[in-house]
Amino acid sequence: MIIISNSPFDPGTLLTEFQANHPEAGAAVTFTGMVRSTPDHPITALILECYPELAQNEIATIRDAAIARFNLIDAAVLHRYGRLVPGEPIMQVITLASHRQAAFDGAQYLMDYLKTDAPFWKQEETATGTEWVEAKAADDNARDRWSK
Amino acid sequence: MKILYFAWLRERLNRASDEVSPPAEVKTLADLIIWLRANDEALDLAMANPKQFKLSKNARIVAWETPIADADTIAILPPMTGG
Repeated sequence: MIIISNSPFDPGTLLTEFQANHPEAGAAVTFTGMVRSTPDHPITALILECYPELAQNEIATIRDAAIARFNLIDAAVLHRYGRLVPGEPIMQVITLASHRQAAFDGAQYLMDYLKTDAPFWKQEETATGTEWVEAKAADDNARDRWSK
Repeated sequence: MKILYFAWLRERLNRASDEVSPPAEVKTLADLIIWLRANDEALDLAMANPKQFKLSKNARIVAWETPIADADTIAILPPMTGG
């Protein structure tokens, strides 16, 4: 399941529905990325731009690779775009496997690739204006460890 | 041929897309980028570090050496920051 959406979502509901279809799974790992605002770096919103058609295709490729590599029973990716406020979930990854290690590894792999290879761009909105979030070399390194 | 721009590249160019008709010698995406930059100073400046950009053809990310045709939709993608 891949969902690219500009509507708010409930990570708990998504997990419950996804798990319900897979009684053969012994392990479910879910990751939820959220909009963060801290005293050191307060923001009023995070605005996500997206190329939806490309996102659907690229996430499908990444998801297929994760399922094959870790022998996952299934995997779901939901990614928001549009304007999100602090505390809102941005995206969720769910992996289902027979056992926990594959579910954990599959979720890490999906996250590492989604960070660098899914066509989304974050812009932070603060009291003084908006600014594009810069890509981090650490994210490239996290992804590249899977090809070593 | 349609060219799409995203994120800060779109902002710097002040438009989200272009319709272009490159000459016959523009055969690959790499050729296209050289041709677009030669004809657009703002794009040339914005792409001063070209290798940070990924390129897509018809909503698939492809290598810069990929051949292109008039009916293709090409996107120039700044480093992605999703997740």
